[in-house]
Amino acid sequence: MSGSLLTKKVTDKDQVQGNLSAAIELVEYGDYQCPHCGRAYPIIQKIQEAMGDKLKFVFRNFPLTNIHPDAMNAAVAAEAAGLQGKFWEMHDVIFEHQNRLLEHHLISYAEELGLNVEQFKNDMLSEPVITKVEDDFESGMRSGVNGTPSFFINGEKYSNSWDYEPLLAHLKSL
Amino acid sequence: MLAIGTPAPDFALHSTPDQKLKLSELRGKRVILAFYPADWSPVCGDQMGLYNETLRFFKKHNAELLGISVDSKWCHLAFSQDRKFHFPLLADFEPKGEVARLYDVYDDKEGETKRALYVIDEEGIIRWAYLSPVGMNPGADGILNALEELDNVKQN
Repeated sequence: MSGSLLTKKVTDKDQVQGNLSAAIELVEYGDYQCPHCGRAYPIIQKIQEAMGDKLKFVFRNFPLTNIHPDAMNAAVAAEAAGLQGKFWEMHDVIFEHQNRLLEHHLISYAEELGLNVEQFKNDMLSEPVITKVEDDFESGMRSGVNGTPSFFINGEKYSNSWDYEPLLAHLKSL
Repeated sequence: MLAIGTPAPDFALHSTPDQKLKLSELRGKRVILAFYPADWSPVCGDQMGLYNETLRFFKKHNAELLGISVDSKWCHLAFSQDRKFHFPLLADFEPKGEVARLYDVYDDKEGETKRALYVIDEEGIIRWAYLSPVGMNPGADGILNALEELDNVKQN
């Protein structure tokens, strides 16, 4: 509903980028196959650049599996890469190749990133990785995520435009 | 909107081109009525798309979801097939918006139903109601909170 709050606080289980103790925390609930999230991806990178160490960015998974059949696999792939310390590298590659998210594509990205591919394939099927994605979805749902991408800033749902200028202006005003 | 604690008015609407669904047939289950303005909303994971993903959480609370708009049964069929919905869309098509009027959620100016949610319990009593700003997808959190509250009431 409107005015929703993030029901699950950011913890060390989350995928976090930037300054961990920054005063401003931006959480995205996203779907790797969603074109709007694809459009948000470079905007967020520019925002991170502009905000520098004033910003902590967190990505949580919200795959809409019925309309985006590859979204779940892509989410699991990014989390599996995370187990080898390359979550953000995989996250970036996926958003840069949104039309190529079949399993063999994901495996080829793992190869390109220099991951242990056998380990990566096993991790993609492992319970902790799948549970992480499902827990992200559930926490988003309970926090009022109503589509992707959805953003929370310092724990509050941000419902205004996430285009570069309005989002940056808002973050700078905090 | 209709008052909490009052019986949900019964109705029968087309859920497929050759089938009608009667609300009272679902007695014994909880029912979520999701009135929405129109099929084919453009946003990723618009309201019905989101509920398609959260359906399994609703089912855990013994709740069935029914989407309702004034679109025709054929329009619903195409929309539903396109989005792979696993729940029925009801056509409040003729007389147009009759059920929405019955539930006090018809928008006369637009000729569409408002964006509104009702949660009905196993006995057919309205237990939760929410009218959303029309341009705002209300998400699933309000419904889940309402269903959890019903679970708590039942236990006590």
